[in-house]
Amino acid sequence: MPVDNYLGVPLHRPKVAFFEFTACEGCQLQILNNEATLLDFLSLVEVVAFREAMTERSDDYEIAFVEGSITRADEAKRLKEIRKKAKVLVAMGSCACFGGVNQLKNRFNNNKWVKEQVYGKFPVESEEARPLEDVVTVDLNIYGCPIKKEEVEKIVTNLVLGKSVSHPKYPVCMECMANENICLYKMGEPCLGPVTRAGCDAWCPGSRFGCWGCRGPADAANVEQIISIMEEHKFSADTIIDRLECFGGFKKFAGELKKRTAKSKSKKKRAAK
Amino acid sequence: MIFRLINKRELRELFDVLAENRIIGPVQKGTSHDGKALYAFEPVFDFDDLKLDYTSTARPAKRYFLPSHETLCTFSVHENGWEKTVDFNIHEPHVFFGMHACDINALDKLDKVLLESNFPTPYYAAKRKNMFIIGVECTPQPSCFCRSMGTDSAFHGFDMFLTDLGDSYFVEVQSATAFNFLKNIRTREPKEKDHARYMKVVADKNSMFTTSVDTTDLAKILDMEFQSDVWKYWGDRCLSCGTCASVCPTCYCYGVEESVDIDLKGAKKKKHLYSCNLIDFAEVAGGHNFRPESHSRLKYRYYHKHRGFMEEFEESLCVGCGRCSEACLAKITVPEVIASVRSGVKPKGKKGRHGK
Repeated sequence: MPVDNYLGVPLHRPKVAFFEFTACEGCQLQILNNEATLLDFLSLVEVVAFREAMTERSDDYEIAFVEGSITRADEAKRLKEIRKKAKVLVAMGSCACFGGVNQLKNRFNNNKWVKEQVYGKFPVESEEARPLEDVVTVDLNIYGCPIKKEEVEKIVTNLVLGKSVSHPKYPVCMECMANENICLYKMGEPCLGPVTRAGCDAWCPGSRFGCWGCRGPADAANVEQIISIMEEHKFSADTIIDRLECFGGFKKFAGELKKRTAKSKSKKKRAAK
Repeated sequence: MIFRLINKRELRELFDVLAENRIIGPVQKGTSHDGKALYAFEPVFDFDDLKLDYTSTARPAKRYFLPSHETLCTFSVHENGWEKTVDFNIHEPHVFFGMHACDINALDKLDKVLLESNFPTPYYAAKRKNMFIIGVECTPQPSCFCRSMGTDSAFHGFDMFLTDLGDSYFVEVQSATAFNFLKNIRTREPKEKDHARYMKVVADKNSMFTTSVDTTDLAKILDMEFQSDVWKYWGDRCLSCGTCASVCPTCYCYGVEESVDIDLKGAKKKKHLYSCNLIDFAEVAGGHNFRPESHSRLKYRYYHKHRGFMEEFEESLCVGCGRCSEACLAKITVPEVIASVRSGVKPKGKKGRHGK
């Protein structure tokens, strides 16, 4: 039964739609696989389009949850149409927020070559992967690869109640420490937890898997400092660049580090000559 | 204070007597990549798991009396209104078996704020009043500077305190509860030579400190060095990750958040410990941030510990356990920060941001 009021205050049950572009659709799956609260979720909102979950579809929606990055011209066009119809456009997951794993192909700075390696002569359009905000205005980001369903539920509940929606501004370390995990640097593992936005409840470090920064930088992320800490811990430049580059949130810092590394490499080469 | 001597073998008996309660003590939780044992305060079910000769735990026992997240109350919403349920979240007494003096002193300091102030915190009080503490003498570690902070020995706030004399433990009995528990095991009156052995062990411990902090006139010096450049140096290094506060046995600052359950049938008021190093610690309604810069946040952390608390309670809020020095990835340590503030000289050989 849809809930029509909270503490006597009438509630509006927003019409929502889910869309995906270049992505694995894992974020949408996250919403579906939370069976314990799925019915509560469905009574808060009216889902009018959700390809992964239902056959019916309508273009009459207020909130659009969009997963995936943009890698084709037709995707950009479709996204712009969604933007026109939706009152609120939510970028859902790392691909939508930062380009995600897809944007790793951008690292080669040679899209033609990447396309040839992957698709050979098969005629397929595949441009550089872009986050949604490169194409349209995004009203709200939901970070993570995949998104944390508890966080989505909290955001949706707050949206429906008219409460403000906010993300933690602090990094993953706070949640990792709250869970009494052993710091992975003590175990000799690299981790981006000290600079990555929290909200995942230290999902990976809690499983002894160093953070890869899928949620992007925290508000006061001191990325230069964590890079030099990783260097002090004798992690190679490649290891650090891989981490910073993986999901796209730290693209800027990865780029700077790459330039610096290339410079020192060429210096060494010259010295060797 | 009553002194007793117990044979080491008898301690197992004491453990068994106490084991009808939940026992929390130092256990080995893992091994670091360079082969060091990593200890933590965990529930102990077997006396053999208890590592009383532990170096230091990476985290204090804070989570058992000041958890990082705590539900303060829940609300249930129904057709005719709503009801509030308050739970202090303590359902059984806790026995802390093997706390070092620094951690006992930390509890005493927390008591001053959370128990003895005008507005005691019932959530803390309920837990604090339901604990039995067995202290144990420690071996100073490289990052320990409790002796500088006057917290290398505990005078109150525990039930009994053990000092390892080799074959036996010298026991300081502080509470009637401890006295009664000790009736269950064999103990004897220490003789004069036992006192001498005890004094020797303590003197040996005191000679083992390698780190110290000069606290002379520190509160005044901090007042005068408010504008010092060294704060900026440390601020540039700081990751603003809040780990120092998370591992601190005396950090108690917190935020409260209210949330509505997804079925809209209930709501929660939750408290979570926060850190003054986090970017939005001093952000207020309307969005103004009083401390947007990393160095000002770091500075105020030191001011609260070594100046503000001093003004209020005539003592520092730091117990010198060295956990923050150990945990800080950016290697910001209390002894180095204070030494640099005193001298006005930034440490050599350590780079700040951008290599400055």
